[in-house]
Amino acid sequence: MSAVSLTGVGKEFGPVTGPVPALTGVDLEIAVGEFVSLIGPSGCGKSTLLRLVADLEQPTTGTVEVAGKPARQARLDQDYGIAFQQAGLLEWRTVAENVELPLQIHGVAKAERRARVAELLELVGLADFWRSRPAQLSGGMQQRVAIARALARRPPLLLMDEPFGALDEMTRERMQAELLRIARESGAAVLFVTHSIPEAVVLSDRIAVLSPRPGRITEIVAGRRPSTGVDVDEVEDVRETTAFFEAVTAVREALRKGAAQ
Amino acid sequence: MGGRVRTAATAVVAFVLLVALWELAKLVLPAAGVTLGDTRVLPRTDDAAMPHVWTVLAKLGDPEVAGAADPRTVGAAVVGGALFTLGLALGGLVLGGIAGVLLALLMQRFALAEKAVLPYVIASQTVPLIAIAPLVAGWGGKIAIAGWTWQPWASVMVISSYLAFFPIAVGMLRGLTAPADADVEMFRSLAAGWWTTLLRLRLPASVPHLVPAVRLAAAAAVVGAIVAEISTGTRGGIGRLIIEYAQSATGDPSQMYAAILGAAVLGLVAAGIVTLGELGLRRYRGPLA
Repeated sequence: MSAVSLTGVGKEFGPVTGPVPALTGVDLEIAVGEFVSLIGPSGCGKSTLLRLVADLEQPTTGTVEVAGKPARQARLDQDYGIAFQQAGLLEWRTVAENVELPLQIHGVAKAERRARVAELLELVGLADFWRSRPAQLSGGMQQRVAIARALARRPPLLLMDEPFGALDEMTRERMQAELLRIARESGAAVLFVTHSIPEAVVLSDRIAVLSPRPGRITEIVAGRRPSTGVDVDEVEDVRETTAFFEAVTAVREALRKGAAQ
Repeated sequence: MGGRVRTAATAVVAFVLLVALWELAKLVLPAAGVTLGDTRVLPRTDDAAMPHVWTVLAKLGDPEVAGAADPRTVGAAVVGGALFTLGLALGGLVLGGIAGVLLALLMQRFALAEKAVLPYVIASQTVPLIAIAPLVAGWGGKIAIAGWTWQPWASVMVISSYLAFFPIAVGMLRGLTAPADADVEMFRSLAAGWWTTLLRLRLPASVPHLVPAVRLAAAAAVVGAIVAEISTGTRGGIGRLIIEYAQSATGDPSQMYAAILGAAVLGLVAAGIVTLGELGLRRYRGPLA
């Protein structure tokens, strides 16, 4: 069973000014534990694609299945966790209470919640900040809280929409290494939207390159996700290999070709 | 803590300045006031128009009716009336609060309800209170619930709530719709229903909008209660007292000013009660509150 299965997915927006196609004919399978990035020019519908998987939008054509179920059922069953570009933390809640939110909503007992939150904060390296308010944290720390929240219910799938888009380059690279470690430790599949080619290459098993609107997958490029190393230095080493540069070039060419078509 | 002491000190200084300004006006300006041609630009400042502050304060200790068998002081009458009105205003605030919150929930839940109801909510405040007061009193007079017959104070409370519900309905609606789309989507992705989203997202997010709305509503409830007492002729409150004292004001205005002072203090007390209630909500007031 695939973590995500998209078949002939198309999406049109708005009957107001006549239907505007955003996505057309998208087929994509994501295996359990696999890391797949979506990359493409602005407005190509990569975020829309992620939102279709999350059942925040409904496809006009085709089917979206998550963990072998229709997307809506998967959402109701909480088969995925999601993180957006903005951390979207509730400012009146502490870090621990923000991470706890999905567990609280689904009626997990208090003692169990506390234990799981401690575990998650340990995982994202914020154990000492459980009592802080989001406004007291840096952008990178807020994003880690959001990732911990997305992982709270041990979802088999993590959906991420440019989660590091608003971070500076240094923080971003450290977060990428963190994410690789978290993905490996949790065993979750990841669908990751980005517009950074190096980011896609260093994180992904596969990179789906989308054409300009209406978006469709023009090419799948193999990424250079480190097979073992997950700490910052090892990820850093990947960035300096020839294979990394080759993959970056391959993605860039695929983007250019997609735009030219 | 230091901030709160400073706030209190500022309030005291402002009060002293106000008193000083009043007395300064009496001292400096001509007793007959200032007229430009036929237009009076500044009021008379003699003791019949503007009594000294200490005269007003001293009046509080005088008996209400000179030589009466019941030696109730003006001060006691003002405090008693103010407490009576405070009770009605707080009752009106609670009633209006419930109505306002329910209306806001309805308007948030159903876009159609917002379109249908909001114009009437706004229009409701343009109807003069004086026009509604006798209507409410008239309708109320025909109501008897399970042996309980309508009392005049109930009319006052209802009219007071009519003013109080408005800021709460509008502030609450703004608050309920305050969460960003991304936050609402986060809750949707967590498979949270309307009720859970309301409880965990919309209500906490509405607090910064609700708090100033409740303060406005408290002030409006006090004004509403006083005006309602006057226009329905309800006895026992500060509104009635102001009218009674005003009728004898030509000879001695200090008694009327004493009642007005009572009404002003009443408003402050109502605002103070609301502020006390807000202390428990501080964590929802802002990022670092």
